[in-house]
Amino acid sequence: MDTLLRLEDLTMHYKTKAGWVQAIDGVSFSLDKGQSLGLVGESGCGKTSIAMSIMRLLPYNAQLVKGRILFGGRNLYALSDEEVRQLRWKEVAMIFQAAMNSLNPVYSVGNQIIEAIVTHEPETGEDEARERVESLFELVGIPKERMDHYPHEYSGGMKQRAVIAMALACNPSLIIADEPTTALDVIVQDKILREIEDIRRKINMSMIYISHDVSVIAEVSDVVGVMYAGKLLELGPADDVFKRPKNPYTYSLMHAYPSILGEKHDLVTIPGEPPNLLDPPTGCRFHPRCDWATKECGETAPLWREITEGHYLACHNPIRTKQGKSCKQQKTAKGGDVIDTSDGN
Amino acid sequence: MNELVPTHETGSASLAEPLWKIRWKLIRRGIAQNWEIFKESRIGMLGIILIIAFGIFGAMWPIMINTVWDPMVYDPVVGFDPMTMHPSPPSATHLFGTDPIGRDILAQLMYSTGREFLLGVLSAVITVVIGTAVGTAAAYYGGFIDTFFMRIADIILLFPFIPLLVVIGSMVRLSFLPFAVIMGVLGGFGGITIILKAQALSVSVRPYIDAARIAGGSDFHIIVSHIIPNVLPLSFLYMMFSVTSAILSEATLSFFGVLNIDMSWGMMIHTADVAGYLFDFAKYWWLWAPAGLAITLFCAAFYMVGRGLDEVVNPRLRKR
Amino acid sequence: MTLPTATESKDVILEVCNLSKYYPVNQSFFSGKKALLHAVDNVSFQVNRGEVLGLVGESGCGKTTTGRLIVRLATPTSGRILIENTDVADIKGQGMMEFRQKVQMIFQDPYESLDPRMTIFDIVAEPLNVNGIGTFEEREAQVEEMLNLVGLAPPSAFLFRFPHELSGGQRQRVAIARALVVRPSFVVADEPTSMLDVSIRTGIMKLMAQLREDLGISYLYITHDLAVARYLCDRIAVMYLGQIVELGDSEDIVKKPVHPYTKALISAVPVPDPAIERPIPNIKGGVSKPIDPKPRCRFYDRCPESESSCAEAKNPELRDIGGGHLVACHLL
Repeated sequence: MDTLLRLEDLTMHYKTKAGWVQAIDGVSFSLDKGQSLGLVGESGCGKTSIAMSIMRLLPYNAQLVKGRILFGGRNLYALSDEEVRQLRWKEVAMIFQAAMNSLNPVYSVGNQIIEAIVTHEPETGEDEARERVESLFELVGIPKERMDHYPHEYSGGMKQRAVIAMALACNPSLIIADEPTTALDVIVQDKILREIEDIRRKINMSMIYISHDVSVIAEVSDVVGVMYAGKLLELGPADDVFKRPKNPYTYSLMHAYPSILGEKHDLVTIPGEPPNLLDPPTGCRFHPRCDWATKECGETAPLWREITEGHYLACHNPIRTKQGKSCKQQKTAKGGDVIDTSDGN
Repeated sequence: MNELVPTHETGSASLAEPLWKIRWKLIRRGIAQNWEIFKESRIGMLGIILIIAFGIFGAMWPIMINTVWDPMVYDPVVGFDPMTMHPSPPSATHLFGTDPIGRDILAQLMYSTGREFLLGVLSAVITVVIGTAVGTAAAYYGGFIDTFFMRIADIILLFPFIPLLVVIGSMVRLSFLPFAVIMGVLGGFGGITIILKAQALSVSVRPYIDAARIAGGSDFHIIVSHIIPNVLPLSFLYMMFSVTSAILSEATLSFFGVLNIDMSWGMMIHTADVAGYLFDFAKYWWLWAPAGLAITLFCAAFYMVGRGLDEVVNPRLRKR
Repeated sequence: MTLPTATESKDVILEVCNLSKYYPVNQSFFSGKKALLHAVDNVSFQVNRGEVLGLVGESGCGKTTTGRLIVRLATPTSGRILIENTDVADIKGQGMMEFRQKVQMIFQDPYESLDPRMTIFDIVAEPLNVNGIGTFEEREAQVEEMLNLVGLAPPSAFLFRFPHELSGGQRQRVAIARALVVRPSFVVADEPTSMLDVSIRTGIMKLMAQLREDLGISYLYITHDLAVARYLCDRIAVMYLGQIVELGDSEDIVKKPVHPYTKALISAVPVPDPAIERPIPNIKGGVSKPIDPKPRCRFYDRCPESESSCAEAKNPELRDIGGGHLVACHLL
């Protein structure tokens, strides 16, 4: 398949009064055309920073330390500002966190999208743009007669759909969605997740979906990347990662949250707190909180390597089902069987 | 941080130090941290330096009059120098010259500085105490109390009370302290109330106020222990701006000569004015420029400290 | 853990009867016509001693209002709230003081529920101070014990720090310590984990479960997350537009939901397994606001199973369909 986006050893730091915050450290992955990548991690793990780096929308105190981002073969950080502006919206579009509040209350929703189209594609006429918005509304499931309504007449879920329609307006080849459903109720979230999936398959678009919620990521992604404290710890095909998580953090994250399906299981607790990125731990950044950590983990950072086809990992002591099982039994008094990764409820 | 942590033996409740000592350390640390932020603000530091300079300047008055200067000549109100014509331009004996009736301008400036401090700070403290109390009460209780005080604030804001004071002043000749109190009270029930009420309102809907109520706190407890401490930083900030407005009002009214004040910066310009020297203000510049500059700088200094404090109080304004 | 259902048990700690809270809203700016928002409408349930009842629903369903009514941050329009058989719906003065020591609340946002200008010691000691419980030494010992209990050990490392010096999880532990320091018998927990990160959340959830075992506290656990409710609660009540539509044992509600709304809610929860295809919840439209609602079933407009008879019938009442499983639906 064609590679659309490629991050090579991306390292980005923020300058603050207290020092350099190592927000992204050596992140590499590539995304094929039509593929969807889910990035999961806790707040402050760098997932939004990655999105901003790809959009080249970093704040002034951010500095690209090393690495590069190739989009369609072009190095994003070698382009001029003008070229990047051309790229945004038309090639890469983003749905921001709480984007539904970003609609301008004094213009009708339809007009805002028409405006966006006409600005980015000056050759498009007003009528043509209007037709396109009509079909976009149909695509995201808003009745087209609501085009001339104002944002306050929309519900939260509808606004979010309108924002998605806006992101799709210029037929981008990549869409970055940063927690687009976090503020929404489950039923609305479910509808929007399904719509995003449908649209993506229909127009064969690539997507990077960012969320803190493992379950949401499981729903929408072909490939899953797990981030922790600025590092990518594991990346691989969704089925593979969810069935056979190799990194202890991936495993813990997946089992830290109760499920509505299957038997009530014991939850995995991750001790401690995420590290301060001003002064991250040496070696593997997760090692102070990792039950599997050995001496090596505190000394050298694990290498980013491919363990099976398309499944990448950075860990000195990856979970092997058997070993994991024994670890698990040590961990929980009730002797949970959760490590048995072959079940899957 | 660590020196604040009392040694602790498990199971027994024993603080290493008395509670007040720990609290005192916390307060000092808080001040030190805020000072660090304040220091970043150049404009605020400039304000502080100016205020200190004015403080030294004002403090020199009693020293000078008791040592170097002859009270007969240099008294700001009744002094007279028989050796020259008046008003005399700056010279070695009178660094800033003399006024039309033979008094030393520098002595007047120095003497007035202390009085301006007293006036500004007294009226600002009254303003802020009233503003905080009224604003908090209006925000917390709402209803009639709120409406009542807000309408008073509207009236004070809309009513041109400087002209009113000119009229009142010409009838009763307000002296220094009553004037400071009137300014403070007017300020306290005026615009500050609205600003502090808005702040108190935003504090009083915070979940920690609900939490205090759940804990069993009375209205009084909630206002005193939670709302006021969270409004106070803003009150303190507005105190700086209140100083400015009190001094400017005093200068205006003194200039019109309606205050019963023996000497102030405004009075100095008033003296030059009634003697007719402001018609040729370029020639007799020393009659008005030192006092005018002092008023401007003094007000600017407090304003600048206010701007610096703004960055401490509103973290959003902070430059990163 | 099998706990007796409300109908069997006699030891009821909280009983809510026909609780309602209406808020006046201006329907239109010009007409000035007053309408009533039925935030909580005729809600009844019981919580037994030592039990955790989950109150689940989407935003705007009235679950938080119900919680605030029970802790008396708001006064009900009508209905009774019995705590240990005392009606607290309109207590004042001394009665309120005693009530505040019996019923406490844990708030959603640990960044907002702690006064930023108070030290952890002052925050946790506040309920003791305002109620005048114990001497200073006793209060201090209580505070330290509480901090130990919620996992902030050693307490001396936290006592004189400010909330902004702690992480989100630690703050929520402080908030829990404050709520429990007066040894309440009943606690309303309003989404205490929803603002926290996944790795921190589990710790807080386990702490709440642990404290319930250790201190014998009963909770009303308000959440939008059915999975969390299932994990922590013995029984779950599902709310929709100000009313309880289904109430029963957690496992029953999650595994065998009866009410069409509960079914839709459950099928909408994403699952952490890409291999599972969830059924599409075939619920229509979006949530409206219960402003002067029609006297029929509130879910009628969105219900995928509704029949024409539902349109004429009155608002269904909760009925027991066996084993303490209550459902408010005509189609049973």
